[in-house]
Amino acid sequence: MQTKSPELVHDETSLKKFLLKLSPVDQVGVDARAAMLGTRSIKTSSKNLAIDLAIKMVDLTTLEGADTPGKVRALCNKAVRPDPSDPTVPHVGAVCVYNDMVSIARTHLDSIGGKDVPVAAVSTAFPSGRASQAVKIQDTQDALDAGAGEIDMVIDRGAFLAGKYGKIYDDIVLIKSLCGEKAHLKVIFETGELVTYDNVRKASYIAMLAGADFIKTSTGKVVPAATPSVVLVMLEAVRDFHALTGRKIGVKPAGGIRTTKDAIKQLVLVKETAGEDWLDPSLFRIGASALLNDLIMQRMKMRDGRYSSMNNVTLD
Amino acid sequence: MTKFEYSPAPESTSIVDIKSEYGLFINGKFQPAKGNKSFETINPATGKPLARIAFASNTDVDKAVNSATDAYKKIWSKMPASERGKYLYRIARILQERSREFAVLETMDNGKPIRETRDVDIPLAAGHFFYHAGWADKLDFAGLGSSPKPHGVVGQIIPWNFPLLMLSWKVAPALATGNTVVLKPAETTSLTALLFAEVCQQAGLPAGVVNIVTGDGTTGAYLVNHPGIQKIAFTGSTEVGKGIARAIAGSGKALTLELGGKGANIIYEDAAMDEAVEGIISGIFFNQGHVCCAGSRLLVQESVLDEVTSKLKARMELIRVGDPLDKNTDLGAINSKAQLEKIHELANSGDQEGAQRWSPQCELPTEGFWFKPTIFSGVAQSHRIAQEEIFGPVLSILTFRTPQEAIEKANNTPYGLSAGIWSDKGSKILWTAQRLKAGVIWTNSFNKFDPASPFGGYKESGWGREGGRHGLSAYVKVVK
Repeated sequence: MQTKSPELVHDETSLKKFLLKLSPVDQVGVDARAAMLGTRSIKTSSKNLAIDLAIKMVDLTTLEGADTPGKVRALCNKAVRPDPSDPTVPHVGAVCVYNDMVSIARTHLDSIGGKDVPVAAVSTAFPSGRASQAVKIQDTQDALDAGAGEIDMVIDRGAFLAGKYGKIYDDIVLIKSLCGEKAHLKVIFETGELVTYDNVRKASYIAMLAGADFIKTSTGKVVPAATPSVVLVMLEAVRDFHALTGRKIGVKPAGGIRTTKDAIKQLVLVKETAGEDWLDPSLFRIGASALLNDLIMQRMKMRDGRYSSMNNVTLD
Repeated sequence: MTKFEYSPAPESTSIVDIKSEYGLFINGKFQPAKGNKSFETINPATGKPLARIAFASNTDVDKAVNSATDAYKKIWSKMPASERGKYLYRIARILQERSREFAVLETMDNGKPIRETRDVDIPLAAGHFFYHAGWADKLDFAGLGSSPKPHGVVGQIIPWNFPLLMLSWKVAPALATGNTVVLKPAETTSLTALLFAEVCQQAGLPAGVVNIVTGDGTTGAYLVNHPGIQKIAFTGSTEVGKGIARAIAGSGKALTLELGGKGANIIYEDAAMDEAVEGIISGIFFNQGHVCCAGSRLLVQESVLDEVTSKLKARMELIRVGDPLDKNTDLGAINSKAQLEKIHELANSGDQEGAQRWSPQCELPTEGFWFKPTIFSGVAQSHRIAQEEIFGPVLSILTFRTPQEAIEKANNTPYGLSAGIWSDKGSKILWTAQRLKAGVIWTNSFNKFDPASPFGGYKESGWGREGGRHGLSAYVKVVK
């Protein structure tokens, strides 16, 4: 086992020891804290700020078997200019697509003034992660070669649930080495399959120790996905990992965040758990598709003082 | 980038209609006190007056007791139990329907955050009426003997920390078991009790079944000693509770007392730490620490003291202190000037006796009564802040080395109301709980309440239980 944090872990035994020493998570307590933070009331200027922040954090996503070049190009247009009637609306954090769509997305973004918008590719036999290591390497390399600036890899949940934490760690180290300085690495846990918050905390530490730039809740293919409680546990992990090592790891909830209200609840969780530093697209992203139009609707409502017709929001 | 700060989100006060003057509620009607005596009630968050409230004289209390006696003899004791239950259900539903009005009024009169009145006080108050409504016609099966009988007229004296909730803890079981009531709210927080009187009218409760007399300690003392009362239920300080016990000794009156506490919150090294820290916060800062069962003594296993302290301090920096009507406020105003002075006096004794005080950076409003959330480290059992009830947002941190020592320190107090245990190990939790002398023990949680769960204390924390089947027994003569 190679290691990115030799001061903390250097082999599978030391990794297991490290994980054993983590404080347990109490499910009832986490749910209660997340529910309480869900009652925060965000109004007026703080709501304006939250909406724009959330737009900047959206990883605008399409991950369908039916994806076509046309669909992906349309999505890129939306990513760069979410509201064509209002140039003050910021562009989103990234466009997230399957591997074979990366070069189409990259080329199109560049041609429409979206050079600042990275393309994120889902990788390592997304969404299940059930493939040989050789396939996972090739999958990632394809995405990098096509111009992906961010790699969203999945962990092998089967290995995790079988207790093979060293394998998870090694996979992440390997993919990270392929990404090098070229691409940011996000590690997807599929928390809906890990089920317990103790597992979510363990997975968070394995990924952070192995060199992940971001930890991400879900693929969007499994329910439940980015519940406030799961995100809370992950935010606690990045907060404590920063205190331990001085390194700031990002968090990306994905799946099930569809409304402005949901998104603002996520920002409240960030503010009151990891802190203000994480309220930035470099450290917090929201994987979503339908969310963006709801954010635009709410932004129009804040601007005009009334709700607009859905006909005034572009559907892509 | 601009910081993501929460804009003010004040709850509107337009839903409440505060009158300039309030009368006593006797025999189903509001009426002025004899000689029109009255006193002022203020909003502790601003110091500004809210209303004037009738000051009941002895003659007024006599009238209230007579009205309760008449209602008991002529109506309430003769009514089928299922009909009594219907009134309780009706009151419960009206409390739910008017919950926002009650929440806003309680926050204005008491100083506690709207988040707590909205999410805790008022829903629980309605919950107590719902729960006891169900018992009204099932008392024969409550395990209190084959045919439990009411006492008659009960005198109830409630505190200012949970005004409407304590009213519901008292009034709901009394009515469900067939008693009639004369209730005296606390001097600084009478308004929601008087709004509750309106609810009784709205529910069509027969006149005299609930009577509310407002006033101060002298009003309460006269009520306690009144020969027309068959049972006293009191929640408040241990000192006053002892006085009541002395006063009615030998009179044949039944008595329940819910008094002070100095709850131990025990954090073992194997606890789920982030959630334990949340539990410490809710244990001492819920309701500004104006909680008789507050976890005001933190007992931390010495091996995790640094971790717990640093996490606790970081969490305390997030506590939002200020306008209680703001929906994002976590810590509101201290209820009165007198209480604020008491908190200052005890906190100062902590400084003088050598404990280390710490509070987060936070600005306090200039008007009204405020105290920063505060912790004292390096506290020993011999310090006053480890022994005396502060009844404010002040936590004393002590350490222990072994489970045995935790028990020894936790039980080393004249009180015995509540305790908390934080550990991921079930066997250790059970071992600890069996040895703690406290009426309520929370494990991996704190300050959780349910109408079905009995609440009450050991030692100087009180006699009897409120809530659940145990609570019912206080309001009936048990005939075996």
